[in-house]
Amino acid sequence: MSMINYASREINCKLVYYGPGLGGKTTNLEHVFSKIAPTAKGKMISLATETERTLFFDFLPVDLGTIRGFKTRFHLYTVPGQVYYNASRKLILKGVDGVAFVADSQIERMEANIESMQNLYSNLAEHGYDLTQIPFVIQYNKRDLPNAAPVPELQTAINPGWPVEDLTRQRLTPDPRHEGEFLVEQVNGQWVERAPYFESVATSGDGVFDTLKALSKLVIKTLG
Amino acid sequence: MIATVGAETAFDPLAFASLTAADFSANDQLARLIGEPEFGSLFHQGEKDSMYLADIAHRVILVVLFDNHTTLGLVKLRVKSAVGSLNHVFIEMQAREEAGANRVESGFVGDAEDEIDRLFGE
Repeated sequence: MSMINYASREINCKLVYYGPGLGGKTTNLEHVFSKIAPTAKGKMISLATETERTLFFDFLPVDLGTIRGFKTRFHLYTVPGQVYYNASRKLILKGVDGVAFVADSQIERMEANIESMQNLYSNLAEHGYDLTQIPFVIQYNKRDLPNAAPVPELQTAINPGWPVEDLTRQRLTPDPRHEGEFLVEQVNGQWVERAPYFESVATSGDGVFDTLKALSKLVIKTLG
Repeated sequence: MIATVGAETAFDPLAFASLTAADFSANDQLARLIGEPEFGSLFHQGEKDSMYLADIAHRVILVVLFDNHTTLGLVKLRVKSAVGSLNHVFIEMQAREEAGANRVESGFVGDAEDEIDRLFGE
């Protein structure tokens, strides 16, 4: 991933919203587009079908301005969630710097969430990336719906965590956003790390910027 | 990084560039499906305006927009020699970048985080 271009003094970061179909990825981008200062955003592009389903991708460039001499920009992409568009999804992951997984909280969509997460893992692996090593956050969307599964259930199914091999990272790390919860902890004698998670209602914008803020900061940290 | 030359265009260059990149990537996959390693160039024909795209050093895409005042053959000819010289430039540039440390000066992360808070603060 080459994000820093010294010749043009530019830093470009590619953030991808991934997740099952109709989970709210495009809605996330639309909310960002509607709320962000006009001077900071570019044109939003949606390659969608006639029924408004994402066909290839949505794209929104967001300008952070010039920081320490570098023009810094985030490129926000969504992927098509529908299962049969995997070739498109894989293409969009090329050169990715950070991933937000938008899960659909509805109990009925649990299987679709898990399938999409496995798909993300294997598509990244094909590009030579390891999901556990790149900036990654999870968003539990549609929290306002009556059939939304409880967060602990979603965490167990979608964000069970991965083993922490690095000894320096094997220490109890509280989740700053959820009291009493941990991002790194010991489970049955094994150190496990989980992705930070956020609850959202993308249609009203709740949690949308929290997710984006957290992911973009994780990506920026990798530059330091 | 986007650079343009020639007559001014009315469209958003960033949007244009992202679609161009997607176009190239999708066609790359199509090439593989038919057993080609890649398509080095693409041509899109319009009624009045057309575009010719060429890959440079597997890193940059050269897009030539042209109208009925010229011919595809001439554009192809000119692009071929331009791609030859631009290839050298970008390969050299890439080597220089790889030689340099892929890091920004200290203080960048803090400043960028402040800017993220400001911009995404709602």
